[in-house]
Amino acid sequence: MTELSPWPWYIAGPLIGLVVPFLLILGGKVFGISANLRHACAALPVPDTHTPAFLRYDWQRTGLWNLVFVLGIAMGGFVGLNMLSDTTLPMALGANTTSALEDLGITDLTGFVPAQLFSWQGLASPAGLLLIVGGGFLIGFGARWAGGCTSGHAISGLADLQVPSLVAVAGFFAGGLLAVHILFPLLLS
Amino acid sequence: MSSVQPIESTPQVWVPNRPAHAPVECIDTTQAEQTRPGRRPSKDATPLALGLYALLGAYLGLVFTKSQVISWFRIYEMFRFESFHMFGLIGSAVATAAVSVWLIKTFNIKTVHGEPIRLSPKQWGRSSVPGARYWMGGLTFGLGWALLGACPGPLVALLGGGVSVLVAALIAALAGTWAYALLRDRLPH
Repeated sequence: MTELSPWPWYIAGPLIGLVVPFLLILGGKVFGISANLRHACAALPVPDTHTPAFLRYDWQRTGLWNLVFVLGIAMGGFVGLNMLSDTTLPMALGANTTSALEDLGITDLTGFVPAQLFSWQGLASPAGLLLIVGGGFLIGFGARWAGGCTSGHAISGLADLQVPSLVAVAGFFAGGLLAVHILFPLLLS
Repeated sequence: MSSVQPIESTPQVWVPNRPAHAPVECIDTTQAEQTRPGRRPSKDATPLALGLYALLGAYLGLVFTKSQVISWFRIYEMFRFESFHMFGLIGSAVATAAVSVWLIKTFNIKTVHGEPIRLSPKQWGRSSVPGARYWMGGLTFGLGWALLGACPGPLVALLGGGVSVLVAALIAALAGTWAYALLRDRLPH
């Protein structure tokens, strides 16, 4: 175990869960990251006449703390990725996962994203465009439709024993299974 | 109470504790600001509070990176059920958050400002399809989660870490949010 080694789930999971009480005690805030996509849209300098009602509100009052929180996540990512990770090593995946990825043409397992698709050259390919732009659009659309993302529903919502959040998380998994087992083999191989 | 009661009952004998040069209205103004919550400056917008939110975000971004939650490969592997890592991680995060929320509710723990902590329950929509927004929105989000291999928090951590092509994913996520805002009235909730 060196400073570059990844942390096991039983260390990292509780550390992520603790963000929920930290935010509640710090200011009564509920952990939910995708709300920032709405705050950022509301903050765009677009005239009110061209802005849907859903995006016309005082984003600074309700969302400034959250946008600053998310800037912090970016800083944490900067430090974690550039100083405390070895991105030259391939991800330690199971043998079945590795061979399934090979069938999809994904052979470079180094870093945090498959470089063949998640690069500027990759973005120019139909598959890369679908994964990056299609995936991005769907998380933005789906998170607001469902009223939360992994943090808002899977962590905050389930921790508060909310049944609607359980339905949403079941939806997240149904969508993910559909993409990995049906869309990927159709689109990537 | 002892300092307030004499003012109300015998205002003529109350000697205000204020500098001689201060006009009488000053006291009224400060009192009004103290009693009317709407006039108080937001406690979340002070440099100290925002700094703490940024610090907490940086902590989370670091944990996201060190636990490989931000890895596209780990999300792919999770949807193939070929590693316990992500399930252990999300499970232990939810368990930690749930115990924390239970403790906060049971012991009526307040925020650092002494305010009560309220968690608003998620509402079932009024659609004829039960829970439509949660499972339809959830399904949409789940598709995007698997394609992009990142939910909104990890997306930001990867961007901070320098995976520059994900700027396209962030713009697409904002576009997805805006598209939802435009279509909101026509979608089942």
